[in-house]
Amino acid sequence: MTQLFLEQALNGLQFGLMLFLLAAGLTLVFGIMDCINLAHGSLYMVGAYLVAAAAQASGSFWIGLALGVGAAALLGLVLELTLFRQLYKRDHLSQVLATFALILIANEAVRMIWGAQPVMLNPPEALSGPVEIGGFFYPAYRLVIIAFGIAVAGLLYLLVAKSRVGMWVRAGASNREMTEALGINVQALFTVVFVFGAALCALAGGLLGPLLAVQVGMGESVLILAFVVIIIGGIGSIRGALVGSLIVGTVDTLGRALLPTLLRAILPADAAANLGPALASILIYLLMAGILFFKPQGLFPARA
Amino acid sequence: MSLLLEIAGLEVAYGPSQVLFGLDLSMQEGAAATLLGRNGMGKTTTLRAVCGLEPVKAGSIHFAGERINGWRPDRIGRAGIALVPEGRQCFPNLTVDEHLVAFFANRRAVAGPWTPARVYALFPRLKERARNLGNQLSGGEQQMLAIGRALVTNPRLLILDEATEGLAPMVREEIWACLAQLRAAGQSILVIDKYVEKLIALADQHTIIERGQVVWQGTSTELDADHGIWHRYLGI
Repeated sequence: MTQLFLEQALNGLQFGLMLFLLAAGLTLVFGIMDCINLAHGSLYMVGAYLVAAAAQASGSFWIGLALGVGAAALLGLVLELTLFRQLYKRDHLSQVLATFALILIANEAVRMIWGAQPVMLNPPEALSGPVEIGGFFYPAYRLVIIAFGIAVAGLLYLLVAKSRVGMWVRAGASNREMTEALGINVQALFTVVFVFGAALCALAGGLLGPLLAVQVGMGESVLILAFVVIIIGGIGSIRGALVGSLIVGTVDTLGRALLPTLLRAILPADAAANLGPALASILIYLLMAGILFFKPQGLFPARA
Repeated sequence: MSLLLEIAGLEVAYGPSQVLFGLDLSMQEGAAATLLGRNGMGKTTTLRAVCGLEPVKAGSIHFAGERINGWRPDRIGRAGIALVPEGRQCFPNLTVDEHLVAFFANRRAVAGPWTPARVYALFPRLKERARNLGNQLSGGEQQMLAIGRALVTNPRLLILDEATEGLAPMVREEIWACLAQLRAAGQSILVIDKYVEKLIALADQHTIIERGQVVWQGTSTELDADHGIWHRYLGI
């Protein structure tokens, strides 16, 4: 039981860190420019496909990851300059409609290029086996994802918390007009943030590729979770996105793994078997409702 | 002395309702000017238009010889206009120190620029609160921070919108003393406030607006001499 718990806790941490890579970009796009980007999940999907394609072509997972992330950043740049810049001025309904259209276009485009079957992305050879930690075996590749996630989260934290650019980003998320009046070109700053967000999406997609299937529609389910994360954390707050991601990742993973077992201890077997999975899948939404009840602005509100 | 700010025939409208109807105002470099008038007469709108925060419908705004209306607010900010806005608008997610570090710039390479350290020397109270967030300050401290944040951009023109509003008398005095000090150091200042006596002491040139138009313009001596003007246009 302890072993199962530890293993699931590590899985939860790993999932949470990957969620953070997605939520970081999403929360800033929403926070600074007040723009709802439903296509954020599509960038994750397209990023995963690009990494898989580049890995296949180059024969190396790491080269594929670097090339795929770079290509996704370029795609993000094109999207920001052409489409999103027009959307910021519009209301949320236009943004939702336009970015929803982008999801459909991305899904169809991916289907046309790579086909409807999931694409295989293999982890690097050296990391395909398990390693022993504290008496149990854990996949080496998952540990590398955790390390990657911690490194990127740390770097992002330093960038946002300590650098002047990070201060401008936070100021812009809180009060765009005032930030501009103080001489900061928030529009250019936002292009940088958007491109960075797209790159992080592709990084998460590429890293998760070997664990999940790289397939059409993979972005939508994770998008919902990313929105739950940024609402729990407070829109526009990087710290909120990190804490929210870790909470959602851990609660979701542990809930799915342990809740059925726990329920079996207190309920009849077939009631537990029915209730467990259902309850586990709504657990994070219950959590979100609970947090919003006490903190309507999320845990770390960025706006005044 | 050269002309620093020249507003001519300025018109601003929020949708169908027009707020400014051909407003004219000009001030010299190194001068201190005020904008007076009752609430809702268009004072804040005028300042916001100068900062590029309201679209200009007609007329022109020249700053240091360049026509700036139509420029984006950040470009106007970098050109040397800094705003201390109504309601202070400190950032709740930045510390006091970050407010000053983030926006420090000396784009015109002036000698002895405003640095975070100099702002702390001007407002020692901010130094004590350096690690506090913008929303953890008292009203007076927020006002000091809003002024400090504008100063570290080393502006050619400092614009203050109701800088003493809602402050305790003691703190208000502190802000007036600070403004007098800035003025003595040669800082160009454009200010909106309610305390006419204080403004007469601080500034040399006053413009009263009513319903989006200039109804009176004159010097401190002229304004001080005719309290009928106060009564007629300001309701005091």
